[in-house]
Amino acid sequence: MITFGDYIQPKSVDEAYESLISKKSARLIGGGCFLRMGNRRIGLAIDLSQAGLDYIKDAGEEIEIGAMTSLRSFETSELLKEHFGYMIGDSVKHIIGVQLRNIATIGATVYSKYGFSDPITALLALDADICLYQGGRMALGDFLKEVGHRRDVLEKIIIKKSNKRGSFQTLRNSQVDYAILSVAVVDDEKGIRISIGARPGRAALAIKAMEYINSKGLCEEIASKAGEIAAEELHYGSNNRGSGAYRKELSKILVKRALLEVSK
Amino acid sequence: MIINLHVNGIKKSFDINPDEYLVEVLRRYGYLSVKKACDTGSCGVCTVLVDDSPVLSCSYYAVRANNKHITTVEGISGEDRSLGEFLVDEGVDQCGYCSPGLILTVIAMKKELENPTKESIVEYLTGNLCRCTGYVGQLRAIMRYMGVSE
Ligand SMILES: Cc1cc2nc3c(=O)[nH]c(=O)nc-3n(C[C@H](O)[C@H](O)[C@H](O)COP(=O)(O)OP(=O)(O)OC[C@H]3O[C@@H](n4cnc5c(N)ncnc54)[C@H](O)[C@@H]3O)c2cc1C
Repeated sequence: MITFGDYIQPKSVDEAYESLISKKSARLIGGGCFLRMGNRRIGLAIDLSQAGLDYIKDAGEEIEIGAMTSLRSFETSELLKEHFGYMIGDSVKHIIGVQLRNIATIGATVYSKYGFSDPITALLALDADICLYQGGRMALGDFLKEVGHRRDVLEKIIIKKSNKRGSFQTLRNSQVDYAILSVAVVDDEKGIRISIGARPGRAALAIKAMEYINSKGLCEEIASKAGEIAAEELHYGSNNRGSGAYRKELSKILVKRALLEVSK
Repeated sequence: MIINLHVNGIKKSFDINPDEYLVEVLRRYGYLSVKKACDTGSCGVCTVLVDDSPVLSCSYYAVRANNKHITTVEGISGEDRSLGEFLVDEGVDQCGYCSPGLILTVIAMKKELENPTKESIVEYLTGNLCRCTGYVGQLRAIMRYMGVSE
């Protein structure tokens, strides 16, 4: 059970950040769905719901997604669909149900760097950046590589517009369980990006497989080979959803499937 | 702290703690159709509508509902009431514990899905668990209610 000492609803990100650093026991509240599964007293709960972070904006060359955007808005946004097709929707539709996705937020998801996260896998393939109040703008890939969590407010996620075609593939023991493995592939002017998540570690790019496929061009045989390279280059671990060996085999199939889908 | 909620069309003040979830507050004030079950955000039983969107009241802070419109099953009126008849006609209401959450989700779904199909209905309702029925009869009833044929 989570209990609060003090509680505030800052009206801006500046105010939220100042409050966050004012007290060691201060904690930001996004949707609050994940926090609630723990047991702790939060000295100062900083509710971000009034801080102006719930938006999906067309910013010219890029699309900006405010941290307090619900997973459901992320899933159903026509703007995101128009630019990135169905992969964004596909990357969240297995998360419990519409009712949870109406509450849980994309900013908390990305900030928390959950290894199991489906949308992080998709955003990494989409070459997204993040914007932290104090830390500024950085590539999501670099943020994911950082150990631990910065004491900062994640303000927004930024995806550059381009002619992207994408595919999100996942395998789960049941529809809304955490993924055994998830794979996202994006093809645009800069080439193909392959991201693999729920290994069960944090999503990472399969760099060697990307180099291989970008030097060859896409066909079924090359897609199979790229899957094999991706299976070799990343580490696949075990947990109660699947063994490392199983995940490694699975990555070959899901990478191939995603590559063939974007090639259509 | 005091918040104002429009529950089932009636504006009322509620005395809450900021760390309380909506399900606790609604039940404390007598809206007992709102059920508690898994308490981990996984089963959909506690679903209520906040400004017409279905949310898990076990995971939604009551303070966030301030000045919003809440619908519980007690507040369903007009055409929406006929959903119950579709479910009863198919004989799918068994223990009934998950029904309030399911009914509210279906009502939201009907407003939200523009061209519903069997697949999009199943996808929309994956967050509503039922331990009695096996879903087949429920799906039949809901498809009829939504005007979707097999
Ligand atoms: C039952 C359940 C099942 C789930 N299943 C899946 C699944 O299958 N796949 C999947 O991908 N995800 C899954 N999730 C995770 C979900 O998608 C969200 O990632 C998660 O709930 C976090 O979002 P939130 O808004 O609830 O975060 P919160 O609980 O509000 O916060 C989580 C953490 O992020 C911090 N935080 C919040 N907002 C910010 C911000 N703007 N800047 C910095 N820090 C911030 C908080 O202080 C806290 O430490 C599941 C979650 C639940 C509860």
